[in-house]
Order: sequence, then structure tokens, then C-alpha cells
Amino acid sequence: MKNILYIITPLIFILLSGCIQGTESTLEITATPQITSIENLGSDTMVNLALAWAEKYHGLYPNVEISVTGGGSGTGIAALVNGTIDIANASREIKPEEIQQAKDNGVKPVEFVVARDAIAVIVNPTNPVNQLSIKQISDIYSGRINNWSEVGGEDRVIVRLSRETNSGTHVYFLENVIRMGSKTDKTLFSSDTLLLPSSEGITAETRDNPNAIGYDGLGYVTSEVKMIAIALDSSCPFILPSAYTVNQGQYPIARDLYMYTNNQPSGAIADYINWIMTSEAQNIVTELGFVPISKH
Amino acid sequence: METTKNWNEFILKWLIKFSGYSAIIFVILIFYFLLLAGLPTIREVSLSNLLSTQWYPIENYFGLLPLIGGTIIVTFGAAMFAIPIGLCTAVYISEVSPQSARNYLKPLVEALGGIPSVVLGFLGIMILAPNLRLLLDLPTGLSALAGSILLAGIAIPTIVSIAEDALDSVPRSYRDGALALGATEWQTIWRVTFPAARSGVLTAIMLGIGRAIGETMAVMMITGNAAVLPIKLNSLFHPVRTMTATIAAEMGEVAKNSTHYHVLFFIGLLLFIVSLGINIAASTAMFRQRKRAERILS
Repeated sequence: MKNILYIITPLIFILLSGCIQGTESTLEITATPQITSIENLGSDTMVNLALAWAEKYHGLYPNVEISVTGGGSGTGIAALVNGTIDIANASREIKPEEIQQAKDNGVKPVEFVVARDAIAVIVNPTNPVNQLSIKQISDIYSGRINNWSEVGGEDRVIVRLSRETNSGTHVYFLENVIRMGSKTDKTLFSSDTLLLPSSEGITAETRDNPNAIGYDGLGYVTSEVKMIAIALDSSCPFILPSAYTVNQGQYPIARDLYMYTNNQPSGAIADYINWIMTSEAQNIVTELGFVPISKH
Repeated sequence: METTKNWNEFILKWLIKFSGYSAIIFVILIFYFLLLAGLPTIREVSLSNLLSTQWYPIENYFGLLPLIGGTIIVTFGAAMFAIPIGLCTAVYISEVSPQSARNYLKPLVEALGGIPSVVLGFLGIMILAPNLRLLLDLPTGLSALAGSILLAGIAIPTIVSIAEDALDSVPRSYRDGALALGATEWQTIWRVTFPAARSGVLTAIMLGIGRAIGETMAVMMITGNAAVLPIKLNSLFHPVRTMTATIAAEMGEVAKNSTHYHVLFFIGLLLFIVSLGINIAASTAMFRQRKRAERILS
């Protein structure tokens, strides 16, 4: 009899542990009914920005809890389409296929431009190359240029770094840099491009490897890597990315950052998005190295 | 009293029976769901697309060959490192080392198996990849080789643990007999103990490789994830993209029931079949060993 108890007691505990969690969460809800929570997921480029907004907003309105997760623009939009989150962050516009998929799931995405971002092309600080035209960057990433000596650098193989395909930065870079904005161009990333799962991975490899070229949102560029001055074509001046050059329209690879909601938002979500448009929230944008929308 | 006892017996018997069968039920259910989500691929994507060498899913290029090739080369590389090192370690622990060393060596090796692979991946990015690049003068250290070394580290504890058990279970009389016939210690190990434990050692290797094939996090962090078909001689020294890393990197992004979603499940189905095959092969080897042992005893 005792032996049986030894087996059954742990089993009961295992079964009960499920119940305990369940009761806890219901208790929380009944104890503080006025808490509203907003699920916010998407672009890794925007995750620091979204976190800073969420923290500031939670400080102002403690009854609103905003949970922010990264994962990539595609991830955020997919979650919105699947109806699991309230706001999707995206560093690219939603694609027609995604709108169609949303429609099939009964979701109607509504777009808000919340900030702007410049994409910086980065290399190792020991790399003597300081400037590239968009055409040269396109040739590098599509595999037509394979050695740094072809663009005025040392005789080294070029190692191309990119974010994964679920990154909005990846898609933006493909459409506006590699294909140079042409809709009919079907050029792809060279297949030996390293697809790294995070911005940190790109920074780390660029910092360590003198062969590397990478790209990332301006807000993510650290002092351990070197930014490249970029010109639309070789007759234009080469411009380094900064909030100033983006606002002046001089830096050629800048884009809008978006938030998407299901339907026109109401209640707490609408309040939050309206707050993001205020100068208070847009000051955070400047602090984090992005470009505020009010000035553009 | 008698009836309560019977009642207890009954419940326990069924609880245990259910636990025993649940594993089989889960495997069948998982296989069913993989089929359900993966098989539409065959209808939606043409065979020539699946067998092409271009993997770029957001533009509907679904060539699986670079991914399969990536998994094969990384696993093969890992086996090259893990099998010799793992088997030598097992032989040392089981046959050569003094009892005192043995008591802490094996637990330590098994503790190595408990290190989360993401931690190994982190060490790989920070230490292994930069040093490999400098040492071998590669364009980048994020390569199949780095992945292989890391995966070998993950497979070695499995190989050592199972191979050591197999060597340890070879009857003492075999060794005594060999030594009495005048064989040296090395001859005893190589010609007697090792062949006697052959199927257990084979199982160890296969389970180790199975562990390597399924590993995701560490490989995703360190192999560079470039979908290149690794058919050149020096492919081991270049970046590759494995099947597991592809699923992990892209699964979060896809909309449910899109073609991309189905293709990712199809890759999962392939991986499932391969690891099921490896496990079946391993347990057949184990079963054969038992039958052989029984024959010797009878």
C-alpha cells in the first residue's frame, strides 16, 4: 500500500501543478481588473524603440501593460494575421500576399508610420574602403563583385552578411539597394550571403572579420564597426547616415517604420498609438538613433 | 482488503500501460501532423523547384538540395571528430583508467552533455569562429567546420556514455582469457573487448549522429546559414545552411498554411524520417547484440 502512495503522490502533484498555475492567473485578473495589456511583436530593428516607448508609457499610465517581443517584421505580421497579438511592428510595408492572408483569417491590418530609420552599411574598422555607391553595394551583394580590391580596398574576399529573410531590413535592402528600387529586377542576394539570426550577430562578425560587409538599422550601429558613406550613383556626393542627413533627404537608404493593428484601433491601443505620435514619444526616437516622423 | 488490492493493481497496471504506450501514440500523432502540414508541398511546389539549388523562400525558390547538403556535410564533419574522440574516451574510461579516475570521468563527460547548446553556440561565435578564421586563413569562421566541431562536442557525451556502457558489459572472463593467452593490453582491447561490444558501440555512434542531425540552436548561430550547395572539396570550410536551422529561423515568420509553411513542415518530415531511421537502426543493432549474448550464454 505504501509503495503505491510513493508512485501516486508525485503523480497527483504533477497534475495539481497545472491547476495551481491556472488558479493563479485568474486570481491576478480578479484582483486587478483595470489592467489592460497590449501584445506588441515584430521587427527586431524596432524592438529597442518599442521597448523604450512601452516603458515610458507604462510609467505614465501604470494600468496599461505593454509586452514587446522581437523576432522580425515577418514574424510580427504573421502573428497579427494569425490573430495572436494587438500591434505588429514592421520595418517594411505589409505585402499584398500578407493582406490577402489576413483577409482570409478575418483580420484587417491598419498601417501607422511611427518613425523613420536609415540603413547603415558597415565594415570592419581596419577596412580602408570609406565610400560606396548603391550600384557597387548592389554588385557586392548580388555576387558580381567578390573582392575588396574591386572597390578600392585590399585584396580580400568579400564576406557578405545579411539578416534572415524574415527581417524587414532584409526585404527593404533587397528591394531598394540590391534591385535599386526596380520592380522588374529579379536579382537576389548571392547564395553565399551569410544569413545571421540577429543584429548582434552581424555586428560581432563585422567587428572581428576584416573581410565582412554588413548592413543594419542606424540605431544598432556601434562604435566597433565603421559606417560607409553612400551615394545614389557615383556622380552624387557620398553621404554618411545620421538623423540630420536622413531628414534632409540626402542619405539614400532610409525608410519608414510601421505599426500595424487589426482594424482601426480603439480604447487602450488607440490611446497608445496616438501617444506615439506626440513629440514626447518622438523624442525617444531621436535618443535611440532613429529619425522622428514629425520633421519629415 | 483483497478487493482494494486488486483495484490498486488494476489502476497501476493501466497507468503504467498508458505511460508505456503514450510514447508510441505521441510519435504516431507527430508523424500524422507532419504529414498533414508537410505533404501539401508536393502539390504546391513543383519537383524541379524542390530539387533546384536555390533556397530563397520569400521569392518562392524552394530548392531543398543546399539544405540537405548542409545537414549532411555538418553531420558528416561532426562524425569525423566525434567518433574517434568519443570511442577513445570510452575505451580509456572503461579499459585503461584506474577505478578512481573512472568514478569522476564518466559523470564529468555526461555533465558535458547537459550544457545547453545555445551556450555552446555562444562560445562558438565568440571563440571558435574568430580563431578558426585566423588559424586556417578562411574568409569567415562561420562555416560548416565550426558547426561540425560544435556538434561533435554535443555528440561526444552521448557516444562516450553508451559506448562505455557497452564496453563495460563485456564479461570480465573475455579479457582474462585474452590476457592469459598472452595478448597485450592493447591487443585485448582492440581484438577482443571492442569486437565483443561492437553492436553497443555502433548504437552509440548512431545515437550520437542522431543527436547531431537534430541539433538546431548551436548550428544556426555558427554555420553562417548561407544556402550554398556544398559539393566542392573545400565546402567544409565555407558557410552552409542546415535543415534544422532553416526551420528554426523561418518558422516564426510564415503565415499558417502558406506554401512556405508547408515546405518547412516538409523539411521537418524529412528530418523526422531520417532520425527515425537512425533510431530504428540503432535499436536493431542493440537487439541483435542481446540475441548474440543470449546465444553465447546458452
